[in-house]
This record gives sequence, C-alpha cells and structure tokens, in this order.
Amino acid sequence: MASCLIVDDSKVVRMVARRILEDLKFEIREAEDGKHAMDSCLGGMPDVILLDWNMPVMNGIEFLRQLRNTEGGEAPVVIFCTTENDMAHIREAISAGANEYIMKPFDRAIIEAKFSQVGVL
Amino acid sequence: MNSQDFQLLSGVVRDRSGLVLTEDKIYLLESRLVPLARQRGLNTLADLANELRRSNDAKLKDDITEAMTTNETFFFRDNKPFDIFKQSILPHLLETRSSRKTLRIWNAACSTGQEPYSVAMLLKEEAAKMAGWRVEILATDISNEVLEKAKSGLYSQFEVQRGLPIQLLIKYFQQMGEMWQIDSSIRAMVKFQNVNLLESLNMLGSFDVIFCRNVLIYFDHETKAKVLSKMHKIMANDGALFLGGAETVLGICDELNPVSGLKGVYTPATGGVLAAAG
Repeated sequence: MASCLIVDDSKVVRMVARRILEDLKFEIREAEDGKHAMDSCLGGMPDVILLDWNMPVMNGIEFLRQLRNTEGGEAPVVIFCTTENDMAHIREAISAGANEYIMKPFDRAIIEAKFSQVGVL
Repeated sequence: MNSQDFQLLSGVVRDRSGLVLTEDKIYLLESRLVPLARQRGLNTLADLANELRRSNDAKLKDDITEAMTTNETFFFRDNKPFDIFKQSILPHLLETRSSRKTLRIWNAACSTGQEPYSVAMLLKEEAAKMAGWRVEILATDISNEVLEKAKSGLYSQFEVQRGLPIQLLIKYFQQMGEMWQIDSSIRAMVKFQNVNLLESLNMLGSFDVIFCRNVLIYFDHETKAKVLSKMHKIMANDGALFLGGAETVLGICDELNPVSGLKGVYTPATGGVLAAAG
C-alpha cells in the first residue's frame, strides 16, 4: 500500500484530503506544518506528499527545499495543494522540485486527476 | 413530467442531433431545460412543451437541442488515447506522409475545446519532429455556445486542473483574473466549426485521424451505423479513428476494424495501417 503524507495546518483540509486518499487506498500520515512533516519524513520517506504552502513554523516551500536536500528526499512525489494560485508561485514550486500543483479549492476529481498524472494512481 | 411532454421534447432533440433520451433521463431534461424555460418567462417544462406546440419555433428547438447536447470534457481525458496517438499513430503518420508533410485531424463533438487543444499541445511538444509540416486540426460541435467558449480558450481554475499537467499550464496558459487562457499559438492551431454529425460530412474533406470519443454512446444503433459509415468515407485508408472506452464499431459498422493492441483505435477494414505501425 502506497503511503501519503498530508501536510496542512487546517485540520478540516487534512480530514477532507484523508477521506479522498483513503478511498484511493493510500496509507495516510498527517503533519500540521513543515517542521512536523520533516520529522515524519526523517522517520521514513512517504511515497507521496500533499503539501500546503502557508503554514506556521516552516512553510511548504521551505520544507520542500529542505526535503530535496535531504538524503532520500528526492524520492517522494510532491504535490502542492494551496490557495496560492498565481503563475509566480506555481513556477517557484516547480523549480523547487514539486511534481504537481493543485490550486485550492480542490475536490475528488482534481485529486484523482493530479495523482494519476504523476503516476501514483 | 408527463409522457406526451417527454416525447415531444426528446423527439426534438433526437431529430436534430441523434441524441436518444430514454425516460430514465428525465432528470437530465429537467436540470438542463428548466433554466431555458425560465429565460423565456416560463415556469415548468409543461409550459415549455406547450410553447413549443403553439409556436413550433425553430430557434426554440435549436436552444433545446443545444442545452441537451452540451457535454462534459476535460484536458487529456483518459490519458491513454493521447499516449497511443503520440507513441503509435503519430510516428506512423510522420513516416508515411513524409513527402507531402501534411496532417489533417478532426475532433468531432469537441464541446468546450479541451480535446482539440490537448492534441494541439501534444503536437507542439513534438514540434522538433515536425519541422516544415502543415497540420490542420478541425474541431466541431453542434452547439454554438460551446464553440464560442472553445474559441475563447478561457477556462476556469477547476477546468485547468482536470487532466492538464502543471508543466503544460505553465508553458501554454496565461492567467486572466479568475480564468486561464490558452496561448494564442495553440488557439491558432485549431479551427472551430459548427457541424451536425447527422448531416453530410463530405464537405469536411479527408482526415488522417478522427477523435469521436464519448459521442456514439448517446445515439441509437441506426444512427451510430450511419455516423460511423460517413466517418469511414472521409478517413484516409490507413487513418485512425478514436472512440470512447465504452464504444465500439463491432456489430455496427464492418467498414472499420479495431486495431489490435491499440485500445479504442479503429481503422478502415480495407486499409489498416496500424498493423504496420506495430
């Protein structure tokens, strides 16, 4: 079973994403910010990371840069999932090593489409 | 809705578009036609049916047909047909047409344009192999409303996230307020035109590839057979017809054969390239 780490400071968003991804047969881990996400990854890299941008402590883009510089951290497929919906943010995310990008609000159809595009579904 | 009203409204749609609505689709009639009735100051579908009996207005019939034939679509829908096109069909066409360097592709029933634009982006990505080639992408639909939207190339945030890889969004779209617009270089590759598949298709010319996905499922057997036969007549002898996952030519049109190993692809029974394409 593939694993997915959901990183978002909103409990509601994590819950919605968890429901969709559990239906898609992912084993779910959650983190409320970049710092907790990093700790989780150091304990074992997930297959996929669904990543919010704006979070306290360590934001999504800082987390991603640190992850990609960590041993084994190039492996997880990282999909941003954020309210930041302008081209500048999208470009920045992709050049920092994100594999896909979801602009909130999202629904099941978008999650499924994006996950299948990056080949994890 | 009573049975006479249903017969009347579904009959209009069927005569004009071939779309067959069975009684289990009453909900669809209601959700699509009530807004149309309201626009004309009518409250219910019974009122709309009465208005139609009274006036027999051709414009009203067009509007009803248009409302019922507008269908959902998204970029690179189902992915696989586009992979097949890129990996198997396109290389074959580039090889066999290398002296005249022209390709004609038809998206029948293109709705709001995501499919022809997906083909256009795919070809643009392959541009290195296609220097000097002239490619024509014709995209048609029975609804003027969807064609207008398709031509504008404007899509909502929701629409650009269904099927479109983010790299292609970055490369080929500009943000316009809340909307995203596909680049003019891609728009220029596609010609949009109103075509009713029930009418003659001969004036469209001949095509190397036809995409007609998730259209035939709405037709009855006889209409499917007619449309397939007409498409066969305007296909290159080694051309490819893409149908939707739930559609087939088997038992309907023996002028076309499925291509083994390429799911959803059909080719003229007398030509059949795709064996050659391997």
